[in-house]
Amino acid sequence: MSTTSDARPTNDPSGPDGYTPLPTTVGGRLRALTDFYVTVASTSIQEQFQYRVANYAYLIGMVIEPIIYLVVWSTVARSQGGEIRGLTPGDFAAYYITWTLVRNMNIVFTPYGWEWRIREGRLSSMLLRPVHPLHYDLAFFAGMKVVVMVMWIPIAVVLAAIFHPTFQIDPLRAVVFFVAVWGAYLIRSMFLWALGMITFWTTRVSALYELWFTAELLLSGRLVPMQLMPDWVNRVADLLPFRWTFGFPIDLLVADMSAAQQLTGLAIQLLWIGLGTALVAGVWRVGVKRYSAVNN
Amino acid sequence: MAVTHAPDNPPASRPGAPPARSRMRPLVVAWTFFRIGALNELQYRVNFFIQLVQSMMSLATALVVIALVFSYTPELGGWTRPELLALIGVHIAMGGIIKALIQPNMTRLIQDIREGKLDHSLTKPEDAQLLVSVTEFRIWHLVDVLVGAIVIAVALVQFGGEPGASPIGVWGVLSFAFAFALGIIMIYCFWVILTVGAFWIVRVEFITELFDGLYQAGRWPITIYPGWLRAAFTFLVPLAFAVTVPAEALTGRLTGSTLGLATLFTLGIAIVTRLLWRIGLRNYSGASA
Repeated sequence: MSTTSDARPTNDPSGPDGYTPLPTTVGGRLRALTDFYVTVASTSIQEQFQYRVANYAYLIGMVIEPIIYLVVWSTVARSQGGEIRGLTPGDFAAYYITWTLVRNMNIVFTPYGWEWRIREGRLSSMLLRPVHPLHYDLAFFAGMKVVVMVMWIPIAVVLAAIFHPTFQIDPLRAVVFFVAVWGAYLIRSMFLWALGMITFWTTRVSALYELWFTAELLLSGRLVPMQLMPDWVNRVADLLPFRWTFGFPIDLLVADMSAAQQLTGLAIQLLWIGLGTALVAGVWRVGVKRYSAVNN
Repeated sequence: MAVTHAPDNPPASRPGAPPARSRMRPLVVAWTFFRIGALNELQYRVNFFIQLVQSMMSLATALVVIALVFSYTPELGGWTRPELLALIGVHIAMGGIIKALIQPNMTRLIQDIREGKLDHSLTKPEDAQLLVSVTEFRIWHLVDVLVGAIVIAVALVQFGGEPGASPIGVWGVLSFAFAFALGIIMIYCFWVILTVGAFWIVRVEFITELFDGLYQAGRWPITIYPGWLRAAFTFLVPLAFAVTVPAEALTGRLTGSTLGLATLFTLGIAIVTRLLWRIGLRNYSGASA
């Protein structure tokens, strides 16, 4: 994954034996990094397309979860005269169909992956590269998202034919949604990276992960649309990162949201991305010093 | 694996050794593996606490969902809140059994088929399907069986105390035990059928996740699903029989004909599973061992 020649500043001669030194100017570094992202992401895309059958089975397994929620809440809505808290079965259908895409955008390098990476000493080779390992994970999973989005379309069409969703889409909303799902991807990547790095200190952390994931399940809008939760839960959820990675992007396509609300949501996402990045940088700086390859 | 040799091939002359083909022998083999597996797992006691946290978290989630659903409606598809709680108890307990006894064996079998290690089981003087079904055992997942039993007990007390409710009788308990046992056999057969696919398609690790996803559907009474999905969850994936039917026994709504159908279906799926296993085995060629 070395830098290519056009990323190298022209006044900087390459070292002996074809060794390419890192670009030193800001522009050069940025170009090198972009190049790195494109290469890793496209490798990831090719890798994912190789395992189409496995990927589809995986997606189908994942689709079952929202279908269950959808059936339960549609049943409740119907038994209550057609709607609860203003949500009709059609709204629930739209919510949970969008859910499947947002859920996939939320899949990032997990804390369990970190445990494996540190226990098995896999991090060692990543440390030798001239790029921060975070970039590799971000690029690799971003490439996966492209495949998932393509595979998601036929599933969404089938689900829409069965459950008759009522969407609130206009072109502008679709654009905001597209931005927001990538925002969600970044927020979740950062926080799970920070959580995973706890493994630098101790490898017995799965109980902590369970707590985190349960809080996320309940407070993000993954389990139920947040409107169905009591008000105090909503107030708590507003202050945590979870709903900005899940409920907010979904509501962009499903709920009535003013332009101001949409912009506020994006701004809060930006805030969480900033906080998450700072957290990752801080924990990484302290944690990596404690790393001693266990196995390599 | 060296320890597993103990019960195999006892010297014929040894006094008190079981006869070569006793009817009890499969049970003896299973019990031996069970004991070894339990001893092995008991070394890792921290895993017990991890499992406990996991069980508590998923129980908490389930309770929150029930609380939410019943804050909007008095009943869901004809099931009241305590009745649904009983169903969730059955779901948790059955899930514990699957994770402790069935799933670990099947994931191991998938791996063995891919790596050609199945040879080890095939060369032993015991039925191979029996061997691959009893070698792995995850004792800590039995925590879920306990949690499920407690949830069921709480639910029984709750709807036993409702006006006009009759407490669960002997028929209720017996039919529950019978239906639950049938459920275990059906889920086991379903897993073997899925796994046998590994004889043809080598990459089938994803079926674990597929099954976990499907199993979540069992947390609700099967009657709330639309017809096509209900049919699938009854006959393709025997969730209805494994979870809803035992829960029906607990809540006094199980009919004799449903139980009869469950029995017939269990027999049918067991025979099909055996046949598929044999066909699959013929397709196996040790890859690397």
